[in-house]
Amino acid sequence: MYRAAQAGDRRHLPKKLWTHQPLVGLETVRPVGDAGEVSTTTAPFAEVASSNAALRAFLHGLPGVDRVGADARAAMLGTRSIKTTAKAQAIDLAISMVDLTTLEGADTPGKVRAMCAKAVHPDPTDPSVPRVAAVCVYPDLVATAVRALDGSGVKVASVATAFPSGRSSLDVKVTDTALAVAAGAAEIDMVIDRGAFLSGDYLKVFEEIVAVKAACGAGGAQGEHSAHLKVILETGELATYDNVRRASWLAMLAGADFIKTSTGKVQPAATLPVTLIMLEAVRDFRLRTGRVVGVKPAGGIRTTKDAIKNLVLVNETVGADWLTPDLFRLGASTLLNDLLMQRQKMATGRYAGPDYFTLD
Amino acid sequence: MFEYAPAPESREIVDIKPSYGLFIGGEWVDSQGDTHHKTINPASEEVLAEVAWATEADVDRAVQAARTAFTTWSALPGSERAKYIFRIARIIQERSRELAILETLDNGKPIRESRDVDLPLVAAHFFYYAGWADKLGYAGFGPDPRPLGVAGQVIPWNFPLLMLAWKIAPALACGNTVVLKPAETTPLTALAFADICRQADLPPGVVNIVTGAGETGAALVNHPGVDKVAFTGSTEVGRMIARSVAGTGKKLSLELGGKAANIVFEDAALDQAVEGIVNGIFFNQGHVCCAGSRLLVQESVADEVLDALKRRLSTLRLGDPMDKNTDIGAINSAAQLAKIRELAEAGVNEGAERWSPACPIPERGFWFPPTVFTGVAQSHRIAREEIFGPVLSVLTFRTPAEAVEKANNTPYGLSAGIWTEKGSRILWMADRLRAGVVWANTFNRFDPTSPFGGYKESGYGREGGRHGLEAYLAV
Repeated sequence: MYRAAQAGDRRHLPKKLWTHQPLVGLETVRPVGDAGEVSTTTAPFAEVASSNAALRAFLHGLPGVDRVGADARAAMLGTRSIKTTAKAQAIDLAISMVDLTTLEGADTPGKVRAMCAKAVHPDPTDPSVPRVAAVCVYPDLVATAVRALDGSGVKVASVATAFPSGRSSLDVKVTDTALAVAAGAAEIDMVIDRGAFLSGDYLKVFEEIVAVKAACGAGGAQGEHSAHLKVILETGELATYDNVRRASWLAMLAGADFIKTSTGKVQPAATLPVTLIMLEAVRDFRLRTGRVVGVKPAGGIRTTKDAIKNLVLVNETVGADWLTPDLFRLGASTLLNDLLMQRQKMATGRYAGPDYFTLD
Repeated sequence: MFEYAPAPESREIVDIKPSYGLFIGGEWVDSQGDTHHKTINPASEEVLAEVAWATEADVDRAVQAARTAFTTWSALPGSERAKYIFRIARIIQERSRELAILETLDNGKPIRESRDVDLPLVAAHFFYYAGWADKLGYAGFGPDPRPLGVAGQVIPWNFPLLMLAWKIAPALACGNTVVLKPAETTPLTALAFADICRQADLPPGVVNIVTGAGETGAALVNHPGVDKVAFTGSTEVGRMIARSVAGTGKKLSLELGGKAANIVFEDAALDQAVEGIVNGIFFNQGHVCCAGSRLLVQESVADEVLDALKRRLSTLRLGDPMDKNTDIGAINSAAQLAKIRELAEAGVNEGAERWSPACPIPERGFWFPPTVFTGVAQSHRIAREEIFGPVLSVLTFRTPAEAVEKANNTPYGLSAGIWTEKGSRILWMADRLRAGVVWANTFNRFDPTSPFGGYKESGYGREGGRHGLEAYLAV
């Protein structure tokens, strides 16, 4: 029973979750946000997931990543000097890309409502500050967040699939996802099964993503609303850059709308080289399939400088196409106040004390 | 969509005098001749300062000063010499921002490179050789190796202060005194270094700096009071020096041109290989003797690598070298620009296909866009002659043996690069490549502990590391 579910046996799953199951490689996806429909041409890869051996051959056939070289490239881009008008532009762009996150055992509806208020009006004294992209909460608080953000344009993202470890059955993960979607989550941040990945069972990881993607599409009380899927690789546990590249491709092949570095619960989280490698992966994936996948570094991005380094990385690796909240997000909790502080400093020439920015 | 605003480094910290004399015997002295030369900023053609061109008599004076100083300097215990060299290294670190700006103004290289590459290496070189000064008996050249005497050193314009460090640090550590001639287009950091010698209380005459052009250099290397000649520059001049020094008993080391092969195999980490290609030939505008100017790419991945390379080159930022975000600065001189243009024209005329990214070229100053030639044959001039500019010649190969054959088929042999994830192939290739430096999965990476030098027309003698001591010891 347990084994059957693990193996991704679709007959075992609740039928309604599979009604919108797209054929791998022939799906039509809509990028997160308001971009138009993009027809996908992943057909060249339709056979890739036909067996674990085929998947393994494909993933291990990707060019390797040289750690020293990748670190050096990321460090060099980290020296870009972003000043004056460029800095002002970068700060507003970064604010609009923030997934404002609270993922604590101590989260309450009150805490989430406060964070939602901040998400819509990050600086109550300055209406020119853009709203953030989304708030990110646990599934049981999705409904609270959806009510608090109704009509604001800020999306609700929910972690799911036995976040953060992902150590549960596929049934539980799919149900977890379906509940979050039914509660109104517009985006699902799932975790991959790192144990399966590291043990070489790529097909299991693949099929779980496919199943969760299906659950995203099948949710909603009326079955009309579908959520976008961010796949968290937890790069800190994958350890090697080769694994980061393979996991990125695995997630994209399985239908991820976004690939995300980390849960924020494991160190190291979003390092610049890891984000660089994931950006290279989405760049190459678009070249080969035409499908555009987003990237979300999350965890450890605390300062404006960190955020700007990420934007430089995007700008010089995949180009301006990705410099939109539809395709690039920053998962963070404390970053927003530093962005606001730097924004105010740009406008007034002075730093205000920390008490002039709200703690939510 | 995301344009970086100008981020110019301020030049206020730099104090450039309107004119400079010669640094001889610890003093600034006027030249006995009356020839002066204006050194300019190649990015704007603005005059930075006027420097004297030393005559034969000036050079003689400098060599005498060095000879006088040699008696006491060579008699100092190594640990005492080390104190001075460590002090110089620390002052270089303290003044590194100023020196980086000065280097960029005079040379045209991007401030990012002079700040992040040149200056850290300069300081590291002095620190490294300071450490050897009291350990020469353990370097493998006998229990008490002796210095040579007065070293006459002539350096090029591509890494003005770094080449000075490569020359002066080992010479002083071994107990020699020096007369150094910086390149005619880039004298300013050497003159700033003279000031650092005074700041470090280095005994007068241990380091002497004479500025000038070819005649000054000839006067220096031909001076009978010089015991050692060290030259970095073109193979053509190196040949002249070798001829004039032959039979004199002077010890000679030459670090000359190169036409390095950067070899990319199909199993390479391709994204990093592309970075390595860029770093190999577009670092310092390609003004690098060990530049990876010939890309040998395995035919099975040639299209993929070239597409990725062109995409990457389109993101290079050419312009004001003082802007902290500039990747490609100015060509050092009008003469060098003319030479690059001539060879690029030859490439087109011989039938190779020329490509450059769309990049606006500033109106003033000397500029050449990053350029890639595809369809290059071994017989083309651009595959054989050193261009010393941001011009890459791309050739393909089918097998490792063919890669070795093509890589070695050049009169030069300074460096080579190998890109593969397969360790055994790296070792197999490195055994067969006739080049002084073989980089694996990196390029243009320098370290004071690592010997550097060439095969064949790339010169002889080694600089850096324990090997670099030999050039300044009587062994």
